[in-house]
Amino acid sequence: MNEFKKNLAKAFGKKNLSESFDELTLVINSDDVIEVCTQLRDDFNFDILIDLCGIDYLTYGESDWNGNASSSGFGRARQAQKSSNKKDQRFGVVYHLLSVSDNQRLRVKAVLSSENLMIKSVTKIWNCADWYEREAFDLFGILFENHNDLRRILTDYGFVGHPLRKDFPMIGEVEMRYDEELGRVVYEPVSIEPNINVPRVIRK
Amino acid sequence: MSEMKNYTLNFGPQHPAAHGVLRLILELDGEVVERADPHIGLLHRGTEKLAESKPYNQSIGYMDRLDYVSMMCNEHAYVMGIEKMLGLKIPERAEYIRVMFDEITRIMNHLMWIGTHALDVGAMSVFLYAFREREALIDCYEAVSGSRMHATYYRPGGVYRDLPDKMPQYLKSKLRSDKKLEEINRNRQGSLLDFIEDFAINFPKSIKQYSDLLTDNRIWKQRLVNIAIVSAERAKQLGFTGAMLRGSGVEWDIRKNEPYSVYEKLEFDVPVGVTGDCYDRYLVRMEEMRQSTRIINQCVSWLKANPGPVMSDDHKVTPPNREAMKDDMESLIHHFKLFTEGFCIPEGESYTAVEAPKGEFGVYLVSDGANKPYRVKIRAPGFPHLASMDEMSKGHMLSDVVTIIGSQDIVFGEVDR
Repeated sequence: MNEFKKNLAKAFGKKNLSESFDELTLVINSDDVIEVCTQLRDDFNFDILIDLCGIDYLTYGESDWNGNASSSGFGRARQAQKSSNKKDQRFGVVYHLLSVSDNQRLRVKAVLSSENLMIKSVTKIWNCADWYEREAFDLFGILFENHNDLRRILTDYGFVGHPLRKDFPMIGEVEMRYDEELGRVVYEPVSIEPNINVPRVIRK
Repeated sequence: MSEMKNYTLNFGPQHPAAHGVLRLILELDGEVVERADPHIGLLHRGTEKLAESKPYNQSIGYMDRLDYVSMMCNEHAYVMGIEKMLGLKIPERAEYIRVMFDEITRIMNHLMWIGTHALDVGAMSVFLYAFREREALIDCYEAVSGSRMHATYYRPGGVYRDLPDKMPQYLKSKLRSDKKLEEINRNRQGSLLDFIEDFAINFPKSIKQYSDLLTDNRIWKQRLVNIAIVSAERAKQLGFTGAMLRGSGVEWDIRKNEPYSVYEKLEFDVPVGVTGDCYDRYLVRMEEMRQSTRIINQCVSWLKANPGPVMSDDHKVTPPNREAMKDDMESLIHHFKLFTEGFCIPEGESYTAVEAPKGEFGVYLVSDGANKPYRVKIRAPGFPHLASMDEMSKGHMLSDVVTIIGSQDIVFGEVDR
């Protein structure tokens, strides 16, 4: 583990590498993703891409007790965004790599700016990234450059929005019902109120 | 004569061989598959989004419903992730109970798989035999958790309760004679552990029965041998894990290579395939059932010899004793806090994986220090397996697509999440 960590630190810079719970995390610049991933696969034997997922840091570290939540109850799914500089680094893409030959794991994190939700696709490096990238596109709206077939994957045909973004309400935007008169299924804005049963609490 | 062109065929989403709600768009040249495009998401329930809105301990039940034929393995990954981030040590007895039930779950999953796989390929009777044994294992689930499928038995800090001393028995009924009743209750006279022990003794005979029906069966071999060969190199590229990866000859099992829980102390072998076709994957899974039986045997003898607590006594995370709550102020407060607010996990992120019956089931937890996870990403083994459908079925016949779906052991609860 130690030697492996040293090699990684040597290749990608010590300050980008961190360790917690016996897991290594490498933070990279989103522009270097192809170079770094190719190097990880070829020089560090990371032969399997275990997982690829998006993450949205919009409400990171916010608890529901902030603001006037106690007077209005917790009937709110969305919360006003704090005016911090989180806006420039809202989204991230997280890769979990596994090396079967060396029995090592590594997490690679690329942070994206919210103006340019674009990152290069790693499908050429690990073929299984195909569906994972489609999923991250579907749920977060992250665009993968050079991906052959960036369609939605989990949500319905014709779905609007990216449901795992933090500003997407949990109850959704639209609801569906069968309209007798029109003789077909129609979509309408949701009629129910968003509701939080247990508030988010952060205790340090 | 007009020229024949390729045509597309819509397979599913309501097809008995599609193992749930798979919609496949197949481009066929005659009977040969040129391209397969699986459309998934018909069972998407937004588990990850739901888990983000709930305290940690309220999402365990969602894990059961992901891969709904290997329930407890999913729970295991989730609670292990929480325990890792909290730095919580759990009693050894709880670890052994977890491992035993992980293996029971593995056998349950493989029985479901062998039954449906054989049914798809055309062998009806294996399904009936497999479900006979599966019923006994579901009874174990019921005895320990009260639920036949969605157990919610593993909790952060251990397991919900200790194994029952008495195995529930069948009751007298108008529909069965006393003699029959006595016969079906014969192995239910003692505790749950006695019942499991009895199962583990008899199960190898059942495996032999399935094996006799299939392994040398000419039709079975014609349908499976050399179908959908995946080389070791391609299996890694395609992100395979579990029996799919081992079937291609890669010796990788999280239980051996990155042992979690008490797998280090247990003896078992990891079967590996040679050619990487459907038949090898079949053989690997059959052997896994035998190995699971071995692990269950070891767990049963350890559990019989070592009574003890099954839940951590850190009551910030685990519920306090009901009796203590009656006159102990602190217990009452703990109880109230735990069931209203839950517990907060320190800021950080972790990825925890277990060797689920279908492959690597992982949970990536991101915490910002709150009582709810900031992000939960579930790494389902079936997802990359199904993604390789196009490559695996290319050049094969339409009927082989059914074999491949069966061989991949797809369950839509986890693929769609």
